[in-house]
Amino acid sequence: MRDAVVPPVLVLEAGRTERHYWRDLWRYRELLYFLARRDIAVRYKQTFFGIAWAVVRPLATMLVFTLVFGRIAKLPSDGVPYSLLVFSGMLPWFFFASALGDTSGSLVANSNLLSKVYFPRLIVPISTVVVPLVDLAVGLVLLVAMMVVLGYPPSFRLLALPGFILLAFGAALGLGLWFAAMNVKYRDFQFVVPFILMFGLYASPVGFSTKVIPSQWRLLYSLNPMVGVIEGFRWAVLGKSFAPPAEGLLLSAALIVLLLATGVWFFRRTERSFADVI
Amino acid sequence: MNQAISVSGLSKRYRLHHVSRPSYQSLREVVSESMRNLVRRGFQTTGNQASREYDEEFWALKDVGFQVDAGDRVGIIGRNGAGKSTLLKILSRITEPTEGRVEIRGRVSSLLEVGTGFHPELTGRENIFLNGTVLGMSSREIRRKFDEIVAFAEIERFLDTPVKRYSSGMYVRLAFAVAAHLEPDILVIDEVLAVGDAQFQKKCLGKMKEVTGEGRTVLFVSHNMTTVTSLCNRCVLLERGRIKAIGNAAEVTKLYFGSDAEGRGSEIRFESLDKSPGDSFARLRGARLVDPGGRTIDFIRLDQPIGVEMTYEVLRPGLRQIPNFHVFAQGQYAFVSSPATNDEKYPGLYRSTMWIPARLLNEGLYSIGLALTSVNPVVVHFNYQDALYFSVLDDLHDPNRNDYTHGVPGVVRPRLDWSLERIREVAKA
Repeated sequence: MRDAVVPPVLVLEAGRTERHYWRDLWRYRELLYFLARRDIAVRYKQTFFGIAWAVVRPLATMLVFTLVFGRIAKLPSDGVPYSLLVFSGMLPWFFFASALGDTSGSLVANSNLLSKVYFPRLIVPISTVVVPLVDLAVGLVLLVAMMVVLGYPPSFRLLALPGFILLAFGAALGLGLWFAAMNVKYRDFQFVVPFILMFGLYASPVGFSTKVIPSQWRLLYSLNPMVGVIEGFRWAVLGKSFAPPAEGLLLSAALIVLLLATGVWFFRRTERSFADVI
Repeated sequence: MNQAISVSGLSKRYRLHHVSRPSYQSLREVVSESMRNLVRRGFQTTGNQASREYDEEFWALKDVGFQVDAGDRVGIIGRNGAGKSTLLKILSRITEPTEGRVEIRGRVSSLLEVGTGFHPELTGRENIFLNGTVLGMSSREIRRKFDEIVAFAEIERFLDTPVKRYSSGMYVRLAFAVAAHLEPDILVIDEVLAVGDAQFQKKCLGKMKEVTGEGRTVLFVSHNMTTVTSLCNRCVLLERGRIKAIGNAAEVTKLYFGSDAEGRGSEIRFESLDKSPGDSFARLRGARLVDPGGRTIDFIRLDQPIGVEMTYEVLRPGLRQIPNFHVFAQGQYAFVSSPATNDEKYPGLYRSTMWIPARLLNEGLYSIGLALTSVNPVVVHFNYQDALYFSVLDDLHDPNRNDYTHGVPGVVRPRLDWSLERIREVAKA
């Protein structure tokens, strides 16, 4: 680091956007890694069952949903085991929900860092979204096991999953950036976000197939960005009959990109005052 | 010499948001409001109309400008609220200035706290990496210095223990050890050296001297003038967000003690007899702090005596007035002193001087209350608190310090007789 003959001049002024922000973000990638590692290491510390919670939680929820939607409400499943239908929807949703929930509170949770050291603040929400990927990975192993047991051998379609996971990642980060930044000033959002997530669980096709939605509403339904992601997951797991309509998927993807872009924009606009108001 | 930091016209405004009654509320408003509240209470209305929300502007820094040459070690001093921390936060890029401009040449590391980012659940090893990257080190850099850090912190055996099981001493040692191995061009440090036990403090100070000796630019905030003068060659004195003085560390630290914003210091005088504290028997006319040569002073070294001189006027005969001085150390009662003689005083102007011997008071800020009392019957003619302020400066070369370079606690610091003898020889095993 000391090899530079003429050290670069750093100028600090009011309202000055930092020219090297993205380069700085890259330079601090190791911080991102260590923050994510910290959150992963701490996640199941001092719990008796440890990482087993990543198995137990989705399985238990799957049982309840299968009972409620499949057995009691008798929603259609197109001949597919209802449990598999539910589980393939739950994985992306749970990832999204826990990523969004954690990200929204991430700046406040790391307020000691924000008020004591400089780094591109985007590091904090990004590192937080990474953490629930661990639970998702455990869930994916379970999913494959279930597919084998229930007679739906994994196909090449599973290779498309990373793409859908990326979409869910973008959706959680995009929304999370908005909420995280707003939560710094108005802690109201720590109450708003759980409410949105609770509502979203039933507004998204987690416990049921999108086929129960009348076709004229399908496109409108895709305005919920998680609809495209969940449909994509189902298609990858259950096969052609669950293929998402292309325009719905595109709409979801476009919305996610928009969320992400505006989220970054809003975050960058407000981050300079984080340390003053947190 | 090339400049490392150049600051010009730097200001920082904070908006304080108040939700309270405005202080200019009149009594009439208070009364009418409480009447209203009394009436309202029956109807369960919420809120108080008179309590308004309002924003108050507060300039933590105002028009601050200075230059730091590469290799300079600059102390930043000032009383609480003078703007030191705000300045450091701007230089560390944690917050942005409201006005003005800063130019920094070189890689900056700032240390506003030791152990930023430490997580209690993680092991010492994990925390070294986490804290190191938080402070801007690369993991390769940390790996290279890892053994050095561990050795400096003296925690080899507990490397894989969660730090929540550490004693506070171990925790602080580890935190400082990571920070001490930063290698930036410019190091910005808040008061973080006063950590750990005496032994470790000495080690830290040694490490700081070593670091600053490598031609690195250092900005250092502290309340401890002894540390500032021993570490820094230049000094910036801030007062209420502005620069009061800048220059040679030894001179500026002296000014620090005279910078008491309340205006009182080494001398007070009451020109008008009517407005001076007192009663119909006696009145206070003035007071000052003097050295043995009779010069007015506002600070002394530990090994110098200081005189507290009070002039007062006795207006009527018949009482035996006794001057008594009340000495406070940082707000705490240290002692009261009065002379042993006490004759009847006749009208006239009097002067009494109390001498505080050298090596009685410890380093610190002292205030003195002046009182004049008669006994039989007891009459307090005046009792004027916080009349004078003075500081006692430490002497780093005091042999009783034995090279210990940090603050010595306590109000008094007498040099006492000690004896030391070996009472038994132990045979070598």
